[in-house]
Amino acid sequence: MDKFGIVFALLGAALAALGAGAGSARGVGLGGEAGSGLVTEDPAKFGKVLILQLLPGTQGIYGLLIAFITLSNIGVLGGSADFGIAKGLLYLAACLPMAIVGYVSAIAQAKASVASMGILAKRPDQFGKSMIFPAMVETYAILALLISMLSINGVAGLSI
Amino acid sequence: MAEQLYTYAVARIRSKELLLLSKSEIDQLLNCKSEKECLKLLSEKGWGKTGEEDSEEMLRVERDKIWNLMKELVEDISVFNMFLYTNDYHNLKAAIKQVYTDSKQDDIYITQGTVPVDVILNSVKEHNFSALPEHMQKSADEAYQVLLHTGDSQLCDVILDKAALETMLRKCKESKVELLAKYAELKVAAANINIAVRSNKTRKSRAFLERSIADCASLDKNKLISAALESLESIYQYLQFTDYADAVEAIKESSSAFERWCDNLIMKHIRPQKSNPFTISPLAAYILARENEIKTVRILLSGKRNEIDDGFIRERMRDMYV
Repeated sequence: MDKFGIVFALLGAALAALGAGAGSARGVGLGGEAGSGLVTEDPAKFGKVLILQLLPGTQGIYGLLIAFITLSNIGVLGGSADFGIAKGLLYLAACLPMAIVGYVSAIAQAKASVASMGILAKRPDQFGKSMIFPAMVETYAILALLISMLSINGVAGLSI
Repeated sequence: MAEQLYTYAVARIRSKELLLLSKSEIDQLLNCKSEKECLKLLSEKGWGKTGEEDSEEMLRVERDKIWNLMKELVEDISVFNMFLYTNDYHNLKAAIKQVYTDSKQDDIYITQGTVPVDVILNSVKEHNFSALPEHMQKSADEAYQVLLHTGDSQLCDVILDKAALETMLRKCKESKVELLAKYAELKVAAANINIAVRSNKTRKSRAFLERSIADCASLDKNKLISAALESLESIYQYLQFTDYADAVEAIKESSSAFERWCDNLIMKHIRPQKSNPFTISPLAAYILARENEIKTVRILLSGKRNEIDDGFIRERMRDMYV
């Protein structure tokens, strides 16, 4: 039964990559749809549209980072994978903020990005302001990243 | 099924909205000295195709542009059928009258509709309405019979107008799109108020009113009919207790002032869609905005053509979407 620790820890790493990655994929896709519409009418806005489209892509990177740190800590990428079920569950719990907040915030950010493309369409001179609205959503993805990262490092140091 | 977002379509519409005429551009058109000058200015703003069209041709081209764009933006254009039913019923009216009078005119039809004009005309000629959509069949037969047996073209119009309004209202409500439901409700209520006022002035019977006033949620059909049978004052008094209390002043002024009031109210309702990045509502709002724009330009051009005083034309100008 003790061997199940690694299973839960790996599940955590997978969820972090899955949740945040899936959210980013949906988000960037949504931004791409709106971006295509805007660029169809005005190809000169491609550069600015691309920045807005890519904003929800960061969650996927954060998810990858958390998954990578977890894999390193639990010994899947090398070293020993000798820990109990409790520690495995702690790793899983540590990965959840990034998995859940990553997914939700990527989609929310994409919606804000799409709305900001409306600003870009009508007032291209206000591009700076249009970037702020979706960028605000990023705060919560970063907070989740921070908590997941601190938790994983904390769990690694626990002797249970 | 999740509501479709129409993300690509709405983003394109956001850019297209930049080309809509603003209030200052309407003022610019009003300041033109002649219809020709107006057409030149409109042509510079991208209206028309060749720049050589007359006003009717230019407006027709602009209307075609709306629907060609929508066909490009949405996979299934039938989501906008509610805007085209009135065209279908107009074509049906025209076909019935053409067959009844045995005339050969073919410039009386509107090309944008859900049913091809040929199908409508053949149905009327053969007196077999099974090729028409279900919602048109009964009213088409009724209107045809009325005209054939009584020769009363007004009653024929009334039957088809009511059917058009009821179909539009039903389809808009079925779409579950709040904007469309609100739009249809207002259109039907406005038509009912117009009928009530005109019927009172021409002393129409209860039977006529029953046949011409369509059911809608914001007006009580029986109360409106009773008021119309009494006096104009009774209609005004009844309206004071409805959502259309603000319309009374406009109705008292003239029927065109009331029409303008209705169009402005529709613009007010759809304006928040300018900042909605998803769903079909911004697309529907764009169609209505363009239709409103075309109607305003038509009034303006016709005023200029007939050398009507600018102040008089200005009073008839609608509020713009942008």
